[in-house]
Amino acid sequence: MGMIVHPPELYPDEQINQDVLRPVFVTTWKWWILVAISGGGFMAGLATWFYMMATGMWVSGLHRPVMWGLFISNYVFWIGLSNSGTVISAMLRLSKADWRRPITRAAEAMTVFALLIAAQFPLIHLGRTWLFYYILPYVNQRQLWNNFRSPLVWDMMAIMAYLGGSILYLYLPTVPDFAILRDHAEGIKKKMFTLFALGWRGTRREWTTLNACILSLALLVLPVAVSMHTIVSWDFGMTLVPLWHTSIFGPYFVIGALYSGMALVITIILILRWAFGWQKYITPFHLDKLGKIMLVAALVWFYLWFNDYITAWYGKLPDEKIIFDIKNAGPFYWWQMTMMLSNTMVALPLLAFKKFRTSPWAMFILTIFINIGMWIERLLIVVPSLVQKGPSFTWTTYHPTWVEWMLTVYPLAGFTVLYLLFVKVAPLISVWEIREDKVACATKKMGQAELRAVVAE
Amino acid sequence: MADWISDKGLQTATGPRAAGRRWGLVVDLDRCTGCGGCVIACHAENNLALAGPLDTDQGRSFDWIRIERYWDGEYPDLKAQFIPIMCQQCEAAPCEPVCPVFATYHTAEGLNAMVYNRCIGTRFCENNDPYNVRYFNWFEPALNWPDPLANQLNPAVTVRSRGVMEKCTFCVQRIRDHEELARIEGRVMKDGEFTTACAQSCSAKVLIFGDLDDPGSEVSQLVQSDRRFRLFESLGTEPVVYYLKGGQG
Repeated sequence: MGMIVHPPELYPDEQINQDVLRPVFVTTWKWWILVAISGGGFMAGLATWFYMMATGMWVSGLHRPVMWGLFISNYVFWIGLSNSGTVISAMLRLSKADWRRPITRAAEAMTVFALLIAAQFPLIHLGRTWLFYYILPYVNQRQLWNNFRSPLVWDMMAIMAYLGGSILYLYLPTVPDFAILRDHAEGIKKKMFTLFALGWRGTRREWTTLNACILSLALLVLPVAVSMHTIVSWDFGMTLVPLWHTSIFGPYFVIGALYSGMALVITIILILRWAFGWQKYITPFHLDKLGKIMLVAALVWFYLWFNDYITAWYGKLPDEKIIFDIKNAGPFYWWQMTMMLSNTMVALPLLAFKKFRTSPWAMFILTIFINIGMWIERLLIVVPSLVQKGPSFTWTTYHPTWVEWMLTVYPLAGFTVLYLLFVKVAPLISVWEIREDKVACATKKMGQAELRAVVAE
Repeated sequence: MADWISDKGLQTATGPRAAGRRWGLVVDLDRCTGCGGCVIACHAENNLALAGPLDTDQGRSFDWIRIERYWDGEYPDLKAQFIPIMCQQCEAAPCEPVCPVFATYHTAEGLNAMVYNRCIGTRFCENNDPYNVRYFNWFEPALNWPDPLANQLNPAVTVRSRGVMEKCTFCVQRIRDHEELARIEGRVMKDGEFTTACAQSCSAKVLIFGDLDDPGSEVSQLVQSDRRFRLFESLGTEPVVYYLKGGQG
């Protein structure tokens, strides 16, 4: 039968409320220190962005023909991170995997915040950020329209659809929890939670509607997530640039996003586990399951990467060979080696062992390395193809400046701030879903057999 | 609106005055000495910003036309080869569809036009440009022409602002000037009546500009040559800049 996930007798309702709702109401000095540090980083990044807007793009290391650099690498990286939260939650809900319950909320929130961060990078990298709205198909007197043939317009629409879907998908399952919070809170917080709870009373009809909504939203948001990452890959795949122009980028980006996003989900739930003492909710059992999904993602990711690699090598098209060589023997060699080491050579064999997958510390360290590797992977997609494209007279190298490095740290700080603030707004473990699990897991004796008292959903 | 224009005898940009014209440029590499006269002329005509040695080294110079120099052979038997490269005004330009805001598009007379006011600076066009002939404004324009250089700016050409892309226009201001002149004088434009700044200043007569759809024009004659080739022709971008080069070296 495997490991016992939630021994129900240990979880009286009051205990669950106590454990899970505490971070919303109790604020420690540690929280303030973390908010101060990450908030400082966030403000510094924002100031750097405004400095670049005020002085010009020359403060970055970008130049012809390297028109996209760290900004777009970061964009692809954070879009990738945003993938797994909603996707894993939707997949597990649809497949009725009961063990999903303690991790869905944290994962869904991760998607929304990573996406909010990622969506800033197309703006950061614009030459005239203040005119970003030209890309929107808005009605205007001059009858100007945007170019629907451009992958950047598809990108904008995909981000908006995915952001809207993910916010709804985070909000809907939180409504019953807002109602619980409303019933526990006082003063201004009570007013806030009353507003968020939308008058939830917990009638049978409300529950039926909510479950139907969540399931249909899960079904709808999955294709949106897949299209989001495919469209990001088309920013590259639809061009004439050597080693960008490949049809494998669609699935490759989707699986890469799942891989890095899964790694971040694990990193986050482990931090929550330690920070709030949720060891009995987030158990090695969950790490094992998530680790298995990540192992599959790692295998498929390597398979697609290898496909792309071997095709470029075997084809030896002159333009592609130039880029291939600088990745494999030139200045990007060590970047590529680091990526392969952390994402495949180390991660694959380690993830194959259950003992490794169930060890919180080991998984924490590995998932961080996987995300460093995935960041490098995005860098290796964006930059090498640009430094040596076109006539060899114009070939260059690319050295990011402090502005670009600041704006690489900025999203990390921004993401942390958003997440820390969210801790005070909603319980990061879904209270009602845990309770539902308790009911669903209760057993009943029928002669010799022990049967589930309630069939889930 | 359109009726009012035709009543006054004016015509729209994509209307009748553009019909039947396809601008093209022929570059005779067998004549090029690599003197750089065309580059200077282009800077003067099109208000190209000046970049110092440092910015040029960093790839932030503005050269709507640039002379690329390649070395042939081994030392001491070296031979320099020059090739002037400017926007190829491709008929299937890869830079055009990727622009999300229509800042670059194709006109009816075959020009790859750039609308500076429309550009938001995604720089996607330069990524997808196999010739690397699109230039981004990294700096404030005021910094580009220290006094008194600002006084020599060409009033017929927009000074581009920071954050937008720019590129060779085939001296579209000259095309428009001579169209107007021909209209006022009630005649058709003649081949060779005007030319681009680079072609005008080329002492070796490397660059020849004209209408490829006019069978009698000089460019139409020259592109019949079997020395003819186009840059990166295999990409299918259909450039209208034709290079001529014969024999070896």
